[in-house]
Amino acid sequence: MTALLTALGAATALIAVTSGGTPTAAASTTLVDAQIVEVYVFLLAAFTGFQIITKVPPLLHTPLMAATNAISAISLVASIVIAGAERPLFINIMGMVAVAAATINVVGGFVITDRMLKMFKKTEAPK
Amino acid sequence: MDQQIGALFVQIAYIGASAAFILGLRGLTKPDTARRGMQLAAFGMLLAIIGTLLNHEIVSYEFIIIGLVVGTAVGLPMGLLVPMTAMPQRIAISHMFGALAVTLVGIAEFLHTRDYAGGPGVIKMTAIGFETLFGALTITGSFMAFGKLQGFISGQPITFPGQKLINAAVFFGAVGLYIALIFTQSGGSTGDSGLIMFVVMTVLALIIGVTLVLPIGGADMPVVVSLLNSYAGLAASATGFAIGNNILIVAGALDGASGFILSILMSKAMNRSFANVLFGAFGGEKAAVSAKSAEGLTTRSVSAEDAAMRIGYARNVIIVPGYGMAVAQAQHAVRELAELIEKRGGRVRFAIHPVAGRMPGHMNVLLAEANVPYDHLFDLDEINEEFHACDVALVLGANDVTNPAAKSDPGSPIYGMPILNVQDAEQVIVVKRGMATGFAGIENELFYLDKTSMLFGDAKSVLSQVVTEVKGL
Repeated sequence: MTALLTALGAATALIAVTSGGTPTAAASTTLVDAQIVEVYVFLLAAFTGFQIITKVPPLLHTPLMAATNAISAISLVASIVIAGAERPLFINIMGMVAVAAATINVVGGFVITDRMLKMFKKTEAPK
Repeated sequence: MDQQIGALFVQIAYIGASAAFILGLRGLTKPDTARRGMQLAAFGMLLAIIGTLLNHEIVSYEFIIIGLVVGTAVGLPMGLLVPMTAMPQRIAISHMFGALAVTLVGIAEFLHTRDYAGGPGVIKMTAIGFETLFGALTITGSFMAFGKLQGFISGQPITFPGQKLINAAVFFGAVGLYIALIFTQSGGSTGDSGLIMFVVMTVLALIIGVTLVLPIGGADMPVVVSLLNSYAGLAASATGFAIGNNILIVAGALDGASGFILSILMSKAMNRSFANVLFGAFGGEKAAVSAKSAEGLTTRSVSAEDAAMRIGYARNVIIVPGYGMAVAQAQHAVRELAELIEKRGGRVRFAIHPVAGRMPGHMNVLLAEANVPYDHLFDLDEINEEFHACDVALVLGANDVTNPAAKSDPGSPIYGMPILNVQDAEQVIVVKRGMATGFAGIENELFYLDKTSMLFGDAKSVLSQVVTEVKGL
């Protein structure tokens, strides 16, 4: 039942992501609409995250923290745009620093999470 | 047309990545699906990055490539080489990197929107300000936490007269500027005053990060690290609002929720409110109480040989690890001892308090690294009733989380905190370096009970001796 609920939450979050559309489309008349949809997306994602993460056992709380840290380094996508878009040079350089910082978390975060999770083993069946 | 197809592909990549993140975190709810789940999440991240590189706004790739290469060159060794004992520091410093990226994006966006006719609008300005405010305070806050965990900043709470007043002034100053920015800058640039306000707000936020973490003691670090995790997530989410990007909103919300839940769990496990952890500066003044309660009580000290006799013939042993085990790097010796007891026909379980160590789940990771199977590791709730039936409870460098005063003494600073019922065991052996009090600075009654034996020394060497002795039985 609970698994179904989380799946449902995930699905609604995804639908919200789709209906959010491209940022460029939101530029003119539908600006407020698009921003309201963003609020929906946030609420649904936070709700879904809450549902799932309360079920993560304390055993895995350290890997959870490393994992969410790596996932939130998704700010890399925003940094990439700033580093590469047509902006003044110093802003591109700020973007570059941001890309480097976020990449440290993406690469380091996923590698270290995997390293930790690899260590969790059950008792081996007696030979 | 091409551009439209490109934009569609970017959106599809982002949707796929969002799904991968959510399903990946769902994998973490069980140890045997966790690894696959995180691999899926990593794949989602790759998808999002590739999608972004196709964004039509990007005109040059030099800076992007330099950033990616430098980040990978730093991140990969950090991921591969950092020892498990240094995990709390590693997590703290990575919150700093995450927040740094978010803050830089926030500043860049603010400068960029000043060129728009009509300005960023209320919602966008709110998001940019929030992102920069929380990002900046997380940068310095995480750095301070890193310093305390790494040991180059004192783990003791650092306080000075008038501290709360100054903190409040800085905090309200930053929030006031934030609100003023929303009211004055939403409609577009109004000259240099907006820029000055923004810069001052950012600097004040950086100061808040320092003053927030400075007065917090080492034992409260699990709450602080969780809270900073939450802030980093919320700041990332705000970035999503600022640039109109849904995947940032989703991923940031997931991170924010996770940090928030962990902070609540950690606070509960210490029976303290957020406010108390953040503004309480635990320790210090409680020293007087502890000196009194220890008067006229004596402890019983035993040798490793003696301890080995008791442990070696026990049928049911529960081991309670704490930060002391991590400091002494004793987890491998512990595993050896546990295997030995099992070979002799005894049963060994580990009882893990939620705030044992310096971050949530710290002990579990250390024991897993030492090859202790995870089905031997139990939470507070799962094992607390089992101490009755246990022959020997072996406490390894844990202190406050075993203190019966939390149940019996309403005057104790830790009264009401859920503890492990070690005192219910038939015998208790406490491995400890000396009689120093725990981080809360409180005397532990457990050490003075008749059934308790103290085994003094460095946990690693003492346990190695015990292992040798048990082998010789």
